[in-house]
Amino acid sequence: MRYLLSVIHDETDLATPEEMAAIDEFNSRLVAEGHWVFAGGLGYPDTATTVDNRNGAALVSDGPYLESKEYLAGIWIIEAPDLDVALELATEGSKACNRKVEVRPLLDG
Amino acid sequence: MNEVDVREAITRVHREEWARVVASLARRFGDLDVAEDAAADAFATAVERWPADGVPPNPGAWLTTTASRRAIDRIRRENKRGDKEKEARTVHDDDPPEPLGAIDDERLRLIFTCCHPALAMENRVALTLRMVGGLTVSEIGRALLVQEATVGRRITRAKAKIKAERIPFRVPSADDLPGRVSGVLAVLFLVFNEGYLATGPDTDPVRHDLTAEAIRLTRLIRSLLPDDGEVAGLLALMLLTEARRTSRVSAGGELVPLDEQDRGGWDAALIAEGHRLVRERLSAAAAGVAPGRYQVLAAISAVHTSARNGRTTDWSQVVALYDRLVRLDPSPIVVLNQAIAVGELDGPEVALAAVEGLEQELAGYHAYQATRAELLRRLGRREQSRAAYDRAIELAGNTAETAYLTRRRDDMA
Repeated sequence: MRYLLSVIHDETDLATPEEMAAIDEFNSRLVAEGHWVFAGGLGYPDTATTVDNRNGAALVSDGPYLESKEYLAGIWIIEAPDLDVALELATEGSKACNRKVEVRPLLDG
Repeated sequence: MNEVDVREAITRVHREEWARVVASLARRFGDLDVAEDAAADAFATAVERWPADGVPPNPGAWLTTTASRRAIDRIRRENKRGDKEKEARTVHDDDPPEPLGAIDDERLRLIFTCCHPALAMENRVALTLRMVGGLTVSEIGRALLVQEATVGRRITRAKAKIKAERIPFRVPSADDLPGRVSGVLAVLFLVFNEGYLATGPDTDPVRHDLTAEAIRLTRLIRSLLPDDGEVAGLLALMLLTEARRTSRVSAGGELVPLDEQDRGGWDAALIAEGHRLVRERLSAAAAGVAPGRYQVLAAISAVHTSARNGRTTDWSQVVALYDRLVRLDPSPIVVLNQAIAVGELDGPEVALAAVEGLEQELAGYHAYQATRAELLRRLGRREQSRAAYDRAIELAGNTAETAYLTRRRDDMA
């Protein structure tokens, strides 16, 4: 089953070199143990552009889809047999990137 | 066997076998919904048939077989409707099947799944009472003083999350076990306290149904994890508290504080059992196993229940245990109780200073105001004491406690 690990942060700073090194090490573990699907860090939230084409008339706006004190700083998509394994990986991932991590299952993963 | 005997037999079998039937079906069919419904069906069938056919020689096996047939029927029906999804397992364990006889392990899996940390506490409580305790949704609603529909929603939500997030049906690994056991014990302690300190203006001050259920489930976990010190500690704590249950509220519905309780009214068998467990943990502690908070709380309770009265209580022992507890759990409520014990040793002035240091954190907590009121009364500061009693009465939710505090306040006039 696939899980989305969302990295949540309350500052707009990017990962420090030490954090990047820890993340690389964690990523190597994900690959070595067969959990790796995808991962990526995101640019500053104010670089986001939101598109709404639900009515067929695309509305393009500058900025994230919602203003909040916390924002998405990056994601992992992992493969894990069950939630306990996913939580264990999220625990380690949170330590590596020094940010909060939300775990959510992907449908039909 | 007459009808009454059969009904009693069914009640007993329900108490003893429910969790086993649900757990074994959950394991076999990989679905908590299917397991719960099929178990309920099997018990309903027993209620129908046993009065005429008699109670089968092995009721547990009869129920598991009947429930399994129901579950297979349901799965076939749903598959005929083309709902192939149902074939997929929805609770998960990757372990090879257990050898026969390891059935108890399945109940343990069920408990750990129902008390999984990814589930909200209130959902864990409802799910555990239903799936492990076998209480109906309406019984749980009455016990927790919430609407039946709310209980239904909590259970549904928990089951949906177990399914969608794939919470495993498994006993946690040795590394995770202590943390996960403590999550299970937190659920049981909450159920017990809700019974012991029931809140609400129209509520019985002590809800025996809930305390009894919590003890029953803790005994079950104790039988499954006999070497876990905190499980033993929590069971001892519950037994020593339950032993004083009937002496805790007077005939007039008023709370009776520990030092005024009729100690002859305490349940000697429960106290003996609780003391045995505490002694067992003391020898483990002597051998170098550091006790957790339930064990320390149980030890404090054992000191109280060993004394003939409040005056002969070994308060220095109580204070030493509270010091230890504060190191494990420095929460303001623990510090408040420590201060009360210190007051018995060093007098009300010392205790009051310690208690009032907690003003910021505990001003809105009834026991804080009640403690202050009592200490101020002993110091002869009647006006301040009365104000504190007023505040405590305002904050207290338990009917017996309100009655007691009101009398204490009015006695001063």
